[in-house]
Amino acid sequence: MSKELIRLKDVTQVFDGETVLKNVNIYFNDKEFLTLLGPSGCGKTTMLRIIGGFQTPTSGDVYFNGERINDLPPYKRQVNTVFQKYALFPHLNVYDNVAFGLRIPKDAGDGSKEKIKLSKEEIDQRVREMLEVVSLKGFEHRSIASLSGGQQQRVAIARALVNRPKVLLLDEPLGALDMRLRKDMQQELKRIQQQMGITFINVTHDQEEALAMSDTVVVMNEGVIQQIGTPEDLYNEPKNAFVADFIGESNIVDGIMREDKVVEIFNRRFACLDSGFEKDEPVDVVIRPEDVDIVSEAEGQLRGVVTSVTFKGVHYDTIVDFYGFKWLIQTTDYCPVDSHIGIKIDPDGFHVMKKSKYSGMFGDYSSYSEEYDEINDPTIIDEEEAEGAEDED
Amino acid sequence: MRTKRGLFAVPYVIWLALFVVIPIVIMLVYSLTVEVETATGTELAGSVENFTGMSLYMGVFGRSFWLALVATLICLLIGYPVAYLMSREGPGFQRVAMALIMLPMWMNFLLRTYSWMAILENNGLLNQLFQKIGVIALYNRLTGSDVEYFQMIRTPGAVVLGMVYNYLPFMILPIYTVLTKLDHRLIEAAQDLGANSSTVFRRVILPLSVSGIVSGVTMVFVPSVSTFAISRLLGGGTQMMLGDLIENQFLGGAYNPHLGAAIAMVMMVIVVICMLVMNHFGDGEGEAVML
Ligand SMILES: Nc1ncnc2c1ncn2[C@@H]1O[C@H](COP(=O)(O)OP(=O)(O)O)[C@@H](O)[C@H]1O
Ligand SMILES: [Mg+2]
Repeated sequence: MSKELIRLKDVTQVFDGETVLKNVNIYFNDKEFLTLLGPSGCGKTTMLRIIGGFQTPTSGDVYFNGERINDLPPYKRQVNTVFQKYALFPHLNVYDNVAFGLRIPKDAGDGSKEKIKLSKEEIDQRVREMLEVVSLKGFEHRSIASLSGGQQQRVAIARALVNRPKVLLLDEPLGALDMRLRKDMQQELKRIQQQMGITFINVTHDQEEALAMSDTVVVMNEGVIQQIGTPEDLYNEPKNAFVADFIGESNIVDGIMREDKVVEIFNRRFACLDSGFEKDEPVDVVIRPEDVDIVSEAEGQLRGVVTSVTFKGVHYDTIVDFYGFKWLIQTTDYCPVDSHIGIKIDPDGFHVMKKSKYSGMFGDYSSYSEEYDEINDPTIIDEEEAEGAEDED
Repeated sequence: MRTKRGLFAVPYVIWLALFVVIPIVIMLVYSLTVEVETATGTELAGSVENFTGMSLYMGVFGRSFWLALVATLICLLIGYPVAYLMSREGPGFQRVAMALIMLPMWMNFLLRTYSWMAILENNGLLNQLFQKIGVIALYNRLTGSDVEYFQMIRTPGAVVLGMVYNYLPFMILPIYTVLTKLDHRLIEAAQDLGANSSTVFRRVILPLSVSGIVSGVTMVFVPSVSTFAISRLLGGGTQMMLGDLIENQFLGGAYNPHLGAAIAMVMMVIVVICMLVMNHFGDGEGEAVML
């Protein structure tokens, strides 16, 4: 349905012997709001620079509308960028910053030598129109230095969008803004993208922002694309422990897939919805904190001891120790520290993933309690209790 | 609090008073007085004739400002590209280039200028070289003339050359500093908006290096306009400039410190006006250099 606009094929980028992007394959659709999400240093900016033409990949190809554009310089690409920290021209006022691109004669695009030059009136009209889109009417003659961070960011967006690019690249556009403004601008960016009807490729390390704004999220780590999907897909069906941990909160435990729709954790079998694994295949099991119901100890499928409780407004972040493994449970029921509780998990509360290089690295909340200066006591559960749990099944 | 912090400015104020304000006041007093013969000897009397009689030296004023302007423009035309190319190279290259540019400045100013004399003289190194490789013979054949050497020393060109050679680093350094501080992302932003390299240069790099140009022009023009050794040594007396004229009034045969002070005052006023006009184009950063 939607048309493919940009494709990176087998793109690898090496800097000083360090591989920053490894064999990246990805395409970007027309009119899509896509976010590259990953921790700092994972290669997001590098990928954006390759699309913008500021970086030639060590190997691999970049296609735009099916045409290979590896060697096309940035000024000839139908792509504009909102740079990290905006990079506005300090010697120009708001109006001249926005008009910068319009004042440069452009190739007609039909292969002829002729250049298209916009008239003064047309430039003026487009600049004013765009300033209105980003709610900066009346700021035309202000100097850049006199603007707040949020206003500078709007100028950067206007300066890029006024050229009517097919694609807008945004490198951590909200990174320099405070929390409140960031929330407002998320909505604002989404609105502008829909109003302009073009592709936005956004970069962020903030998973909440990525989920809130995007049609598609690309999770990256160490120069490798971990998963591409809608925000819902990523949350509900993370591909590996890294994605599960990076997107939202997750308890991740070792499990064994005993048969289709039956997973075993802590030596107990649970009904789940996942299938398609080998019999007895070791797996990672994700249980989201909000999918766990706290019940009385007797009713519980698993039993544990509460080690810390933090009030979070809507719910309590409750850390529960199960057989030496600490889980985060988000519940509206208050359970005091040291209380013995049981939990129940519905079949759709389990998400089973193949083992990956990230197995065992994430999803344990042992260190969580330390943040709240709680004493971490691993001796509460003894062998007997663990065996007892097994017998019960 | 305010007065306490103000105390830190005291040494600076004393310095300014001792070495800037008082000398200028003394000069002003000198320039507005003349020595009058009386029965008992000479006496000082207030007068503006130092200024009114100065029209005699219009030629020297004209030459000074003209040669200084030419030298400054040449410095700018050489200095900007050098600074620009340097700023784009790696740190290793930059360090070596900087050392090479600074190297001549470690030598004594007069020594450098005497060396140029030895090079430019009628039987100097350059003319000897021209003779050896037949340039002079070729010139004679082509133009039908019969010269034994090229007249290089004692020409305005030699004076300009001396000034360019001596003051070029003062042009390169401030421009280089501004260019290295220039945010590379601004260049990328311009490219992103459709600017090719020449447009990037015209619309971003050049406007953002104006403050460096203003500093450089100031630092070359001011010493050039008041130079005296260069014009005397390389101009060989034929290219008298304001510096020589003033020196002559204080230390030379024409001894008349009152006239010397008046000429210096006029020169200072013209230079200050030039600099104010320059600074109007820069964004005020050049002012610091002026003071
Ligand atoms: N021009 C460059 N030269 C050398 N290393 C670079 C260059 N650009 C980026 N890197 C390195 O590549 C890695 C990824 O950087 P980047 O793409 O900026 O990450 P992100 O934007 O995801 O934080 C970092 O380790 C960074 O140091
Ligand atoms: Mg980055």
